Amino acid sequence: MKKLTMTLACVLAFSSASLFAKDWEMVRIAVDVPYEPFEYKAPDGSLTGFEIDLGNAVCADIGVKCEWTIQAWDGIIPGLLARKYDAIMSSMSITEERAKKVLFSEGYYNTPSGWFGKKGAGIDVSDKASLKGKKVGVQRGTLQDNYVSDNLGDVVEIKRYTTADDQVLDLKGGRLDLVFVDFPVGEQTILKDENYEAVGDLVKLGDGVGVAFRKRDKDLAEKFNASLKKLKENGTYKKIMDKYFKYDIMI
Amino acid sequence: MIDLHGYGPSIFGGAILTIEVALLSLLLALILGLLGALAKLSSNKLLKLIATLYTTIIRGVPDLVLMLLIFFGGQMMMNEVSDWLYETYDWDVFININEFVAGVITIGFIFGAYMAETFRGAFQSVDHGQIEAGHAYGMSRWHIFRRIMFPQMMRHALPGLSNNWMVLLKTTALVSVIGLADMVRLASEAAKAVHEPFTFLLPVAGVYLALTAISEWFLKRLEIKFNAGVLTGSAA
Amino acid sequence: MLEAFLALFADNDIFNPPTLLHYWDGLVTTVQLVFLALLIGLIIALPLGIMRASDNPWISRPIWLYTYAFRGTPLLVQLYLIYYGTAQISGIQESFLWEILADAFYPCLIAFVLNTAAYTTEIIRGAIKATPRGEIEAAKAYGMSWFLRLRRIVLPSAMRRGLPAYSNEVIFMLHASSIASVVTIVDLTGAARDIYARYYAPFDAFIFVACIYLCLTFVLIFTFRKLENKLMAHLRPLS
Repeated sequence: MKKLTMTLACVLAFSSASLFAKDWEMVRIAVDVPYEPFEYKAPDGSLTGFEIDLGNAVCADIGVKCEWTIQAWDGIIPGLLARKYDAIMSSMSITEERAKKVLFSEGYYNTPSGWFGKKGAGIDVSDKASLKGKKVGVQRGTLQDNYVSDNLGDVVEIKRYTTADDQVLDLKGGRLDLVFVDFPVGEQTILKDENYEAVGDLVKLGDGVGVAFRKRDKDLAEKFNASLKKLKENGTYKKIMDKYFKYDIMI
Repeated sequence: MIDLHGYGPSIFGGAILTIEVALLSLLLALILGLLGALAKLSSNKLLKLIATLYTTIIRGVPDLVLMLLIFFGGQMMMNEVSDWLYETYDWDVFININEFVAGVITIGFIFGAYMAETFRGAFQSVDHGQIEAGHAYGMSRWHIFRRIMFPQMMRHALPGLSNNWMVLLKTTALVSVIGLADMVRLASEAAKAVHEPFTFLLPVAGVYLALTAISEWFLKRLEIKFNAGVLTGSAA
Repeated sequence: MLEAFLALFADNDIFNPPTLLHYWDGLVTTVQLVFLALLIGLIIALPLGIMRASDNPWISRPIWLYTYAFRGTPLLVQLYLIYYGTAQISGIQESFLWEILADAFYPCLIAFVLNTAAYTTEIIRGAIKATPRGEIEAAKAYGMSWFLRLRRIVLPSAMRRGLPAYSNEVIFMLHASSIASVVTIVDLTGAARDIYARYYAPFDAFIFVACIYLCLTFVLIFTFRKLENKLMAHLRPLS
């Protein structure tokens, strides 16, 4: 058995210990792309989007170097805890369940969620009975997933996706009747195709999106909070926001 | 020629990664399999129990479930160990269970259980009298293993090992589910991006078939090598 | 005892009635998927297996091509091809077929059926090929037709010989079915992934389903052993 553990230990890749945790020179931030317009790849392959710009502004303000890492959504919290990166700025809504595992900054934006479907399908999302048997796509483990599961789980058929763009693919492929997603994301990815439209009223969910840190990195969270407050006050936040949105998402 | 929309080179890189994952997990599986077989055949009751539990449990649970458990769970466990070290000793170390490591460990672990069964059967098929003869010649245990047991065991184990390898090769496709950029993941992403599933997935299927065919050829040669000196009477 | 059990439920937020119901639905889906795939797969594999065992290469070769392709590639690739591929066939979304293919369950079932049928075909072929020559000669001597020989002599004994290999295939199918979760089907594995994503508790979510799979596997092994004992009774030494 001892041999067994030793063999295992050899196969495990030991990543070097990060020792810069004390005086932050570089902060590694994880995002799940594509999540347009919050974070996505420009045609030349570089990362861009609202949260990327905001994160870079925060880093510049507190005088650290920002390094962006791409991480799939379902592994994003474990990766943070595993110190693959130091923060998550990936449209992560502050929830009670997540707050048990990570430390959140103050909220830095809040957007409503919206329903999207084929034009002229005539689905009334406010009428629960009429949604019976409809196939609804959500991204697994998101606030939208929780909302649909808790409120409509008994009537609709929920299809959960690992990434946001897989559900758009299945909506367009005709496998879904509706997609429930962060409104700006749906606006960017679904509404570009003129055969699709937003359905019904927008839904306000949660207390906004926060930067997630490891619980022990309280110093870093405080730096981010102070900086975000400053950027909101001095107009930098608004300038970045106006680049991507026609409406106000600040909280 | 098929138009791969510029994704060709990256998918080729994915194919290399697939082969890497397959070979590394094969190595781990062989080691675990040998240890498992020796433990099962040993007279130590505890070792026997551990090996039996290992092979029974692993063979009763789907590969994907184990992979998800090791990828997500293994990482959480490492985090707790590292947090504990940090808090009690102020040591800042951590082990990163990335997709590659989780994939190789899981596949190695699963096939180790199958290999253990194959090796156990093969060890048992070695004539006991030959081991006694080895003892009589004053050979050490290691000597007996290397000179008598191993070469003969391999002959009996080879068909089983070949079979396990073929299944293992295809199981590597599962690493794409936990996010490793292997051939299957890259091809399916490209397929989704340009809405041409057949263009990308059929060549990938072709690569798997080619790997299977090459393996079959190679294993046949190996079988001839290990069967050298064995008379197989066609009349028998 | 019951109180302790209830306290366990009250204490954790993972195993509450809604999540247990989610697991239950997942179990039902897994069982349906595996059962249907095996049943349809077996029905398809029987004629294919007989053809594959034929001495005429024009009959056996095409079947070989099918089994080689499906046994030589990962089920995941086959699933992707059928799931995403069917949506791309032009005009299919307007046809009646789309009623069936739009649901993730059926593309997945098709992939599973084609896969298990390929393996089962080879098992049947092996079992038929192993029929003792004398039995066939005796049947011929009795003037039995090809079909009668097949029905009375070859298949009954081939079924017995193929059973151990087939029981392995059934267990493989159960385990392979876990990849259905990749295309949004909430089977047992899918349920575990949902619950993991909600509570970030990998051990609770995945070890629980691992145990369910383990139990299902044991039930299958036990059933097949009983069946084997019954069907192979004539081969047991007299005591």
